[in-house]
Amino acid sequence: MKLLLLLGLCVLAQVNIAWADDVLIQPVLQEQRETIVKSSRKTIGPAIDAVVASKAPAAQDVLQAWVTKDMWYRKDDGLFFRAEKVDSKTYRLIDFDTGADMGTADKSDIKQIKPNSGVRAMISTALVRFQLTDPDPTRRMEALIAIERAPEASLLAPLRLSIEGEIDPDIAARKARIERLLTIAYDADTPTRVAAIEDMAGDLGVDVRATLNPLLVTDLAAFPGAIPEGVNVRAELKPGDDVLSIADAYALLVDGDLAPPRVSGADIRNALAANIVDGKVGGISVHTLSDEFQRARAYVALSEAGLVPPLVTASDVEASLADYRFAEVYQVDDPAVTTAAQDALTKIELKVGVNQAIDLGLDALSLASIYFLAAIGLAITFGVMGVINMAHGEFIMMGAYTGYVVQQFIPDHTISILVALPLAFTVTFGAGVLMERLVIRWLYNRPLETLLATFGISIALQQLAKNIFGTQARPLTSPGWLDGALVLNDVVSISYIRIAIFVLALLFLGLFLFIMRRTRLGLETRTVTQNRAMAASMGINPDRVNMLTFGLGSGIAGVAGVAIGLFAKVTSELGSDYIVQSFMTVVVGGVGNIWGTLAGAAMIGGLQKGIEWMNPSNTLAAQTYMIVFIIIFIQFRPRGIIALKGRAAGD
Amino acid sequence: MQRSFVARNPSVLIFLACLGLFVLGVTVLSEAVGNGFLSTSFVKTLGKTLCLALIAVAMDLVWGYTGILSLGHFAFFGLGGYMIGMWLMYERTRDIVATSLAEAPIPATVTEIQEAIATQIFGVVGSNEFPLVWSFADSLVIQLILVVAVPGLLALVFGWLAFRARVTGVYLSILTQAMTLALALYLFQNDSGLRGNNGLSGLQNLPGLDDVPQALVSLWFFWASAAALGLGYLLAAWVVSGKFGSVIRGIRDNEARVRFLGYQVEVYKLVIFAGTAMISGIAGALYYPQAGIINPAEIAPIASIYLAVWVAIGGRGRLYGAVIGAIFVTLFSSLFTGGQVPDVNLGFYTVKWVDWWLIVLGLSFVLVTLYAPKGIGGLFDLIAHRTHPDRHGAPLGPDMGALQEKEAQE
Amino acid sequence: MSSTRLLEVSGVSVSFDGFRAINNLSFTMPSHGLRAIIGPNGAGKTTFMDIVTGKTKPDDGRITWGEKNISLRGMSEARIAREGIGRKFQKPTVFEDQTVHQNLLMAQRNKRGPLAVLFYRAGGKDLDRVNELAATIGLTDELARKSGELSHGQKQWLEIGMLLAQEPRLLLVDEPAAGMTLAERERTTALLVEAAKTRAVVVVEHDMDFVRRLNCRVTVLHEGSVLAEGSLDHVTSNQQVIDVYLGR
Repeated sequence: MKLLLLLGLCVLAQVNIAWADDVLIQPVLQEQRETIVKSSRKTIGPAIDAVVASKAPAAQDVLQAWVTKDMWYRKDDGLFFRAEKVDSKTYRLIDFDTGADMGTADKSDIKQIKPNSGVRAMISTALVRFQLTDPDPTRRMEALIAIERAPEASLLAPLRLSIEGEIDPDIAARKARIERLLTIAYDADTPTRVAAIEDMAGDLGVDVRATLNPLLVTDLAAFPGAIPEGVNVRAELKPGDDVLSIADAYALLVDGDLAPPRVSGADIRNALAANIVDGKVGGISVHTLSDEFQRARAYVALSEAGLVPPLVTASDVEASLADYRFAEVYQVDDPAVTTAAQDALTKIELKVGVNQAIDLGLDALSLASIYFLAAIGLAITFGVMGVINMAHGEFIMMGAYTGYVVQQFIPDHTISILVALPLAFTVTFGAGVLMERLVIRWLYNRPLETLLATFGISIALQQLAKNIFGTQARPLTSPGWLDGALVLNDVVSISYIRIAIFVLALLFLGLFLFIMRRTRLGLETRTVTQNRAMAASMGINPDRVNMLTFGLGSGIAGVAGVAIGLFAKVTSELGSDYIVQSFMTVVVGGVGNIWGTLAGAAMIGGLQKGIEWMNPSNTLAAQTYMIVFIIIFIQFRPRGIIALKGRAAGD
Repeated sequence: MQRSFVARNPSVLIFLACLGLFVLGVTVLSEAVGNGFLSTSFVKTLGKTLCLALIAVAMDLVWGYTGILSLGHFAFFGLGGYMIGMWLMYERTRDIVATSLAEAPIPATVTEIQEAIATQIFGVVGSNEFPLVWSFADSLVIQLILVVAVPGLLALVFGWLAFRARVTGVYLSILTQAMTLALALYLFQNDSGLRGNNGLSGLQNLPGLDDVPQALVSLWFFWASAAALGLGYLLAAWVVSGKFGSVIRGIRDNEARVRFLGYQVEVYKLVIFAGTAMISGIAGALYYPQAGIINPAEIAPIASIYLAVWVAIGGRGRLYGAVIGAIFVTLFSSLFTGGQVPDVNLGFYTVKWVDWWLIVLGLSFVLVTLYAPKGIGGLFDLIAHRTHPDRHGAPLGPDMGALQEKEAQE
Repeated sequence: MSSTRLLEVSGVSVSFDGFRAINNLSFTMPSHGLRAIIGPNGAGKTTFMDIVTGKTKPDDGRITWGEKNISLRGMSEARIAREGIGRKFQKPTVFEDQTVHQNLLMAQRNKRGPLAVLFYRAGGKDLDRVNELAATIGLTDELARKSGELSHGQKQWLEIGMLLAQEPRLLLVDEPAAGMTLAERERTTALLVEAAKTRAVVVVEHDMDFVRRLNCRVTVLHEGSVLAEGSLDHVTSNQQVIDVYLGR
């Protein structure tokens, strides 16, 4: 460690040795005084170069003061100082070379150097060279960020120089990467460029693609006769094929003044309207002009009379186009560079495609966990008990609003979520039990009635939420540690909140399996579901079991509501947005089987993301196609992905 | 046993008489030909309500009699509205465009007129071309055929898929709901060709009849709606009165048994499903010109569930029940949400009906399901002292939940 | 007994989730006469009926029907019913919301297409037939009542009446005597014996007394295949049958 530090110091010393200690900056400034004072973008270059070339220790200070408009000169002797404002009339002058206080001066005696933005940009670039070797690593990093933001050919040389002396491994790596990119963009030597391009082929960074893409920009060009040698052609085009329509090709000729412009329908109409004489145009009476053919005749008559430009017919266009050859021409002249860039980009795009597929998979997974969360309560009430609860979505909504209310009382988001989860469970558990006792109990074995009655509850609950919380969306803020995303590379990333939901979904799956397979309640639930009379005769109270099971399903919906509320808007319609998908998840998966629900959620989530990917502009269409797909899917597996077979299925 | 249709179904005659009296009353009180006691907008509301009663009759056929709780019939209703709306909007826009182009110095070509109409109609969704679905928008006859053909065909395809796979009970309900949702989402897109969420508007204006006051137009539509309801009711009553009615009620109560009697259950369901979809389409085609505007929100699954609510409150398994339910609930809804009922001041809280009506409706619906499964129609039984059979064995029948024995096992 | 073969089931197997409900079952039925199928629970009696009526699709085997030896495999339930196979379920399943008259009329052998049914109006012949059937099953006085109001036994008869109205060539009857009083049983026996004079009747039954009363050939099913066949006395003296069924 010590050794490393020592080594570092040595290197630093070496870097600094490059600067001659004894050179003063003031004479250099005096030499360039006229240009500096004039401060014009066109002429300032040599002055900046001189300051940099002086290698004076104070050169960086000068540039810094210059760019921040802190450099002034004294009118009587023309010396440059850094000036600090004392009050509105007096300024304190500081010498650049010594850093000594040179006393104060009246504002009328000195004059400020006010570089315009163009000049400041140039100074900044020059400053970057200094900053790249600044002893302070943060300054060096800032300089690199500045280069990334505004890359320039002139920065390549200083950057290369600064790499050798770099001791911080992170900064060194970054410098090397930026050097490669700048080489690709600006190096004059073709083999060096190609080598740099090949180095970066397969890199997923957005910056690499941003560097390579400009190399491949093409222009459309029309050439009379053969395409001349030395033009870097990407592809020759035939007018009328997929890339170049006849209209576009002709427009290109028109733009280059190589052909007369076409006369549009609107032009013809306007021209005709402007030339009506006694109810006739070109000898054709106006009222017959609702016919295209008559219009053309009238226009030709006008053009023969020299009143309007001649009509360019389709055959004229064809004739003009036949004289020219069209090509996409690279803006970069060097074919070696463009070929290398094209190859590199192809490689990168392949890799990006693979990574996008992974990213899509992650997206689908997180959507699937959301559907699973929304559906798992239903898997209990609908799947296990066979009760169809249309108010399930409203239980989700109640959970989300519970979370919102808790946050009004507990400002700390972490604690409030931890409080909200069990509270939401309690609230919706209570609501579920109440609903079971008051309504559903009287409708067992009457599924369609249950559907309608619970729908009545659903509209009442939705309106109640609207009356209490209003129609606007309420925020349910996630804790700070869930902000941000896990970034694997420039393509693949997943937000922590989605990971949290995925984990929550897994937890619920575990909880469900535990309750159904390992607890008394689960056993009793399964017993009551399979044979109510038998269960009752064995001393199980079916009413109690049904009540608790329904409460459990509802409670889980409430917890899911908190989770969903974290990323969706909490409104009174929150639940109804999920209800159809939730039922789909359970039905598609296969009723009465939690793995089926899981499979259903995975299928629906994956399908929706997949369709969205094929038609990225349109999530509405994606949902439409997904539902249509599900309707067709039900054809082939009416009992879902994981179906109970045989007599047990009760057919 | 063999008496005439009307003699066997005295309720049909009573219903038609009531409807006739109602139409007469509204006509006499209307602004257009009567003393103006009823405002034009109220006549429109009544006309719309009759259309809703017609779709409720269709719903009763498919749910109350056949036992298919379809949550998709409002989709067919909406489609009917869209089909007639396309013609209304096209023709009206063409009139407007023709008028404005007539002032131009050069008479417009056919293409120019088409482009102008397309820009006028589709400018709002950023297009200026007619989508393929508008191919026949200029023909009233074809669009009128489409009013029944499109919902019928959709129902046929969907029903064929669903019934063939033997999807029944709540699964079928959820599937029909999904179909509705898919259709609504599709129509919400701007490139659906039906103006996305803007929908079709200006439908209250009949093309070429600008001189006729709305008061009269609304009365015409009211008459048409009443006639459609009367005919629809008569048709439905005739269908359910004979052996066909026997078979579909059999399907409702025990599908498998009907199958073993040799009837092709799927075909019967398909006939009823597609037939009622067509009736719904007609109802929609009469409704939306009175409403003036149609948009995809009308098709949202919730609308179809409300339809089930009307039929349930009115009393399913009897046609007049469906009509009463639809009229009762929609009129009360518009009364309460229209702010015509005074708010109730409880001292600590003022109950605003606009906010609380849905809660009252939802809860009363729960109560009806629990305590009055026969709905309002059940009151007529009380009056007529009709006794309900004391059933043995599995409770099956219209009031106890169709197909319940089978579903209970699932 | 007539030698014309009406139904032949040969080598039929079906399994649910690995459980073989029917295992290589073969069975023939002539065009007239009565046959009883007995067997312990889970022997596959109901599944056998499900297979013949098309409710369950067999994994293997042939089912041929009638003089023309048509295969019933792959036909829908409705089609098989129209071919002339009627089925009576264990539980009386009549349409309780409809009158006895409507029930019988619906079952009557007529065109089954939706259009034909829609425009169907019962003529004198059909009504006579309904009255005749009602007399046969002893429900003449109940014709106008809703069938849901009938007693359990009356419902069973109504269902048999509906089956007869279908005019099937083969009647499959699942435990017709369950839950009946002695008098009702006797009447049921008489109905079935009478029906078997003109058509084939297969009765699945648990109750030995009832089977004895039917006085017909008996097939014993066990674990999805035929264990023995013959007169009741013959099969009850079979040691295997005693072991698996009667001896318990």
